Amino acid sequence: AAPQGRLLCGPGLRRSGAGLLVTKCGLLRHRPGGGGAYWVDSQQKRYVPVKGDHVIGIVTAKAGDVFRLDVGGSEPASLSYLAFEGATKRNRPNVQVGDIIYGQFVVANKDMEPEMVCIDSSGKSSGMGIIGQDGFLFKVSLGLIRKLLAPNCEIIQELSQLYPFELVLGMNGRIWVKAKTVQQTLIIVNILEACEYMTAQQRKQALAKLSGN
Amino acid sequence: PGDTSVLAGLYGPAETKVSKELPDRAALEVLLRPKVGLPGVLERSREQLLRQTCEAVVLGMLHPRTAISLVLQVLSDAGSLLSCCLNASCMALLDAGLPLASLFCGVTCALQPDGTILLDPTARQEQEARAILTFAIASSERKVLMSTTKGSCSVEEVRNSL
Repeated sequence: AAPQGRLLCGPGLRRSGAGLLVTKCGLLRHRPGGGGAYWVDSQQKRYVPVKGDHVIGIVTAKAGDVFRLDVGGSEPASLSYLAFEGATKRNRPNVQVGDIIYGQFVVANKDMEPEMVCIDSSGKSSGMGIIGQDGFLFKVSLGLIRKLLAPNCEIIQELSQLYPFELVLGMNGRIWVKAKTVQQTLIIVNILEACEYMTAQQRKQALAKLSGN
Repeated sequence: PGDTSVLAGLYGPAETKVSKELPDRAALEVLLRPKVGLPGVLERSREQLLRQTCEAVVLGMLHPRTAISLVLQVLSDAGSLLSCCLNASCMALLDAGLPLASLFCGVTCALQPDGTILLDPTARQEQEARAILTFAIASSERKVLMSTTKGSCSVEEVRNSL
């Protein structure tokens, strides 16, 4: 029975003619809220910029008033120097080539170069901006990021009982971690990278071994 | 069957030079490397066949001005190489998560001198055969995407092979 109201077609599905075409391989998921939404849960490593996604980018060049950021897509994204909280023409943000920036996409479609900003719609930064000096940046698959971003993620709760650490997750597959010492940071990095293929049981065993040490 | 293996690697959608980019769709590039020696004319013609088959299936409209590169390395060849490459490229496209309109598979038919049809011949059977036909068949509505023939055979026999 077809539900009333508008049906939302998510990633992995396209409308073609009168019907739907499945374009990616994965599990078909359904959310009954609103008019209903269907999408295909697929695993991927390559990122395609989407409007509204929060991502971690690396500054590759400064071109006049605009920074070029590498976000892992097919094109570098652009970020204006005025798109930071409290930035004016006199008060420029201190961004160098090679800095790591956490921001969100304001323009991201297939025809135009993606554009990022580090403030949200009300002008506050809400956690976005330049990420500090220390820490470790590494890449994982997009499916793991989505799992980590789910509310009440078990992996993050278990890791926070191990050591205190700072974590920034970018939807483009990049994770930035900083803990008190370099060794703790590297341990957290290895666990997050291995989480992709470990079951919950194996993860609990590995963490128990580490906290016993 | 089972002895021919091809390693496929897919990179994309990635940035490309302005001279190579197409304004409305993704530019697909296929590189086929043989097990020994440098790629020759035979590899080039196979690359073009694979490229045209993949272009028919990949939804390139979603990624204009990008390049998708598919690199195939032949690990071992025991007959039916082209259909093995077709299957490997289909798996690579699926695994990378590129949007596809349908899946496809490659099948090789060898026509023996006495008229019987063999599917997926070994290298020995390929040499003895009168003609070898390779087809790429799409998963939606079982349509033929690509066909190539080596040797001489009549139209009747082609239809029978299908």
